[in-house]
Amino acid sequence: MKIASKIYIFLVFAFLYAPIFILILFSFNSTSSTSVFSGFSLQWYKSILEDEATLKALSNTVVLAVCSSLIATVLGTASAVGIDRFKKGPVRSGVMAVTNIPMMNPEIVTGISMMLLFVFVGRLVNSESVLGFGTLLIAHVTFSLPYVILNVLPKLRQTDRNLAEAAQDLGCKPVAAFFKVVLPSIMPGILTGMIMAFTLSLDDFIISYFTSGPGFQTLPIAIFSMTKRRVKPDMYALSALVFVSILVLLILYNIAQTKSEDKNKKKK
Amino acid sequence: MENNIIIDLKNISVSFDGEPILKDLNLYIRDKEFITFLGPSGCGKTTTLRVIAGFIEPDGGDVIFDNKRINDVPPHKRQVNTIFQRYALFPHLNVYENIAFGLRLKKVSNKEIKQTVTDMLALVNLRGFEKRNIQSLSGGQQQRVAIARALAVKPRVLLLDEPLGALDLKLRKDMQNELKNIQQRLGITFIYVTHDQEEALSMSDTIVVMDSGVIQQIGTPLDIYNEPKNAFVADFIGESNILDGIMLDDCLVEFSGHRFECLDKGFAKNEAIDVVVRPEDVDVVEEEKGMVKGEVTSVTFKGVHFETIVDIGGFKWMIQSTDYHEVGKRIGLFIEPDAIHIMKKSAYSGLYGDYSSFSEEFDELSDPEEVEEE
Repeated sequence: MKIASKIYIFLVFAFLYAPIFILILFSFNSTSSTSVFSGFSLQWYKSILEDEATLKALSNTVVLAVCSSLIATVLGTASAVGIDRFKKGPVRSGVMAVTNIPMMNPEIVTGISMMLLFVFVGRLVNSESVLGFGTLLIAHVTFSLPYVILNVLPKLRQTDRNLAEAAQDLGCKPVAAFFKVVLPSIMPGILTGMIMAFTLSLDDFIISYFTSGPGFQTLPIAIFSMTKRRVKPDMYALSALVFVSILVLLILYNIAQTKSEDKNKKKK
Repeated sequence: MENNIIIDLKNISVSFDGEPILKDLNLYIRDKEFITFLGPSGCGKTTTLRVIAGFIEPDGGDVIFDNKRINDVPPHKRQVNTIFQRYALFPHLNVYENIAFGLRLKKVSNKEIKQTVTDMLALVNLRGFEKRNIQSLSGGQQQRVAIARALAVKPRVLLLDEPLGALDLKLRKDMQNELKNIQQRLGITFIYVTHDQEEALSMSDTIVVMDSGVIQQIGTPLDIYNEPKNAFVADFIGESNILDGIMLDDCLVEFSGHRFECLDKGFAKNEAIDVVVRPEDVDVVEEEKGMVKGEVTSVTFKGVHFETIVDIGGFKWMIQSTDYHEVGKRIGLFIEPDAIHIMKKSAYSGLYGDYSSFSEEFDELSDPEEVEEE
């Protein structure tokens, strides 16, 4: 039995990670062959770092991810605080449903509908090329907002309702009480929400594909357009880099979560 | 009005969503007294506390503090501090910073803060806990930190909202004594909210019994226990046999088909009244010597005494005595004049029956979590 379960686990991990392993392996290949590993080399990494178009796309992606995750975090935290004040009932569940729809909605639908909206508004203001950084930013904030809200809400529910009142009681003005006492206690939720928003923005392809213009390309779109031609191993190198950075973020996310769970355990 | 009144509530009314919570409440609180608001869930005691703290602005009436109307003064400018039900300690700050929180806002010098925190920790017996994380403290220790935090800013009045509700019985008794000690040592006014009558009786100088937004009785613990004003107070504080009776004359009352001498006067002739007899004030005698007689229907051993239920003419009395009388035995009851207390009829008359459906669970049920009183 034990051996069977070990084999099972091995298979699961093999299927999950073999493609990525092979991708990383071949990113170090010294030739451009996709079937034979002929020797270790960093040439593809070198070539990717010298390719200006790709680097531009990379920096676009990072700028977009940073901006959209920051905006989504601020907006999402504010909405979570607002939603939390609703009494349980139809209003609250209604608001929550509206919040969750962007998450459940197929990305392709969100992408196309946003493109339509942007183009429509663009026509209204007589602009031919509305699609660009601005539209991408709006789109990314929109789809990452619910994740921030869903990470902050449970934290708010865990905090003592009287916390802000206690601070006021001790001489704090109401607004200061929120920043001094409530905000720090929901910080773990805000941070995980922000990391999630950042990761989602970083690797989003479908929605970005529809809402970006020729002037502003993100990395996933750049990779996609390159694959339409011949796939070169420098794409492997790039994908490997993206994978590693997302992995690092995920590890950070998990550390943040275990930390806050530890705190809660101690509470009980 | 006698000696220095610190808080005066005048005609306070509060309602939420159209539902009245406090109805025209009048109450004054003397400086340096330990006053307790006692009542069941939803009676408005916590709401009254929050009106004083400033978290609720009353719909009508005046809140007077030190002869000044403070209706419009926000909580952070009032000289009162609150101990919240679940302490509301700041989880991201350690013990020292929690206690220093209010002082830092007052821009007190670091040296002074350090001194005050040390003093406060000594006061609540938590010396050496400065660096501890809030989450690593037990419930009792968190409670102490909450007290230290509130007292550090030197309030004139300390408001305590069921502060001991989350502690176990043993710890609760210890904390009761300690709170009382702290109050006497510091000489500040404590306003204490609880649904636990024992807690109220043992700690308070004055008890305010409340029900459905109305004050039922204000008095010392002894007054409240011995001279309850109506059936609600009699039933809520301690155990009591509440019977219908007729006041035949001054100091002569008839109930349970027998005429009893009593000490109460000033009622109309043949006025219908409520009679209270405390279970511990009844003497059990042989059947033929009893003023009233009946049959024992159940006995519960309580440690200090037996709780005996006796059926007398269909009314089930509760009697507490150290003697054991087995079920089915016929006994007589002897009631001294001073054991009988007469109350005017009120809206509560007849609501509290005899002990026929008596069970321990009823007591437990009467204090569910009283969180969302608003």
